[in-house]
Amino acid sequence: MRRFLIYFVFTITFFVLQGTLFKAISFGTIAPNLLLILTVSFGLMRGKKTGLLLGFFSGLLMDIFVSDYVGFYSLLLMYLGYFAGSFNRVFFDEEIKLPMVIIIVTDLIYGVGCYGFMYLLRGRLNFPYYFLHICLPECAYTVLVTLIFYPLILLINRALVNGERKRAKKFV
Amino acid sequence: MSPVIKKKGEKFTLPGKYLLFILTIVCVSLLVVTYATDAFNRPLNYIVNYIVVPYENGIAAIGSAIRDRKDELVNIRDLMSENAELRNKINELEEENTRLMQDKYELSTLRNLMELDEAYESYEKTGARIIYKDSGNWFSTFIINKGSNDGIKLDMNVIAGNGLVGRISMVGPDFSRVTSIISDVSHVSGMVLSTSDNLIVSGSLELIDEGVVSFSQLIDEEDKVGEGDKVVTSNISDKFMPGLLIGYISKISNDTNNLTKSGYIIPAVDFKHLEEVLIITDIKRQITDEDIEEAESNEIQ
Repeated sequence: MRRFLIYFVFTITFFVLQGTLFKAISFGTIAPNLLLILTVSFGLMRGKKTGLLLGFFSGLLMDIFVSDYVGFYSLLLMYLGYFAGSFNRVFFDEEIKLPMVIIIVTDLIYGVGCYGFMYLLRGRLNFPYYFLHICLPECAYTVLVTLIFYPLILLINRALVNGERKRAKKFV
Repeated sequence: MSPVIKKKGEKFTLPGKYLLFILTIVCVSLLVVTYATDAFNRPLNYIVNYIVVPYENGIAAIGSAIRDRKDELVNIRDLMSENAELRNKINELEEENTRLMQDKYELSTLRNLMELDEAYESYEKTGARIIYKDSGNWFSTFIINKGSNDGIKLDMNVIAGNGLVGRISMVGPDFSRVTSIISDVSHVSGMVLSTSDNLIVSGSLELIDEGVVSFSQLIDEEDKVGEGDKVVTSNISDKFMPGLLIGYISKISNDTNNLTKSGYIIPAVDFKHLEEVLIITDIKRQITDEDIEEAESNEIQ
């Protein structure tokens, strides 16, 4: 229950920050992808199911607010969360390289996916331009922001795990 | 809940693989349904309206308060020198003003004489604040803090200052989404003010960094249209009111077919520093089936 509440608060906070604060401090028109950071980080720490559910709901928020068709962002983020969750087995607390690599890979997939669905289908064929001017800068900025938010998410997760352990011990 | 009766292993859990499969089907069906209708928009909008929008409002208010303070501090010194400069200017302008007032008086009498319709100076307008910008990097849409409770409807035109910003593309109870004219999906039917030639203004992601939008299909056989000409929304647009300023032509060139021209327009609105917008609450009247029936019945009579 406590975990669910944390996810809920985090998802909405990250979503709101992404469109307000981080749009205000964006480079040019590029803002980082906070919801991806959230989905991938928790997916990595908790496993496939958490990843895909968080991805689904944060994507749904984006769908409702910014997309004309509900379902695309949720589908994309859900699969990326699932993908990140499948690395849960090789996840260690102190390791920062693995989450970074996964963030880079998933953000690039995210960018290419957005291009494919929303631009290629409308006949915008200049893929190199979009890749160099949208996907890559977004990826770089997202990695930079991950350095700030990942430790925070890690801390919260550790506190949650400790709390759960303590409560489990009480029953023994 | 006793831990003795309910062990952890006995709890029913759905494996991730199946959950993924189920949610994929949900997403795809949502996509299909929202592509065809807007059945889900209403309930979903109501849910987010009470959870997310108040939060956004709060954050947006804090953000603009901080920005205001910062601007104040930066500006005080500039203001002092500017003040002296402006005082001089006031004197000049007052003189000019009296002269212009006379001109205006003359103009209004002439207007009355010609019975000119001042339709687009009297659009009903309402102000709104931008509380959220597109969280992705692909489209230039934003959320404003007024919705159907304030009388906002789909396809209402949005302006800022004196230029066209875009139109309302989704309405929730207390928020609505504006798709701006620089967004990659938007096309506006425009008109060169000086020659009344029609053209199509389309936003493009590739041009956003340069601060321009592109136009195309301008037919101008006599080469009258040049750089710096004003472009406004045209009379034949089905969503936009006529006569709203879009921007100024910055580059114009012949298309390869030698019949039409295309080029770039600098928008009249500064989209990077947009905070408040005005919504025109009049909607361009659409021709409905009833109108056609009525016209037909009139014809028969």
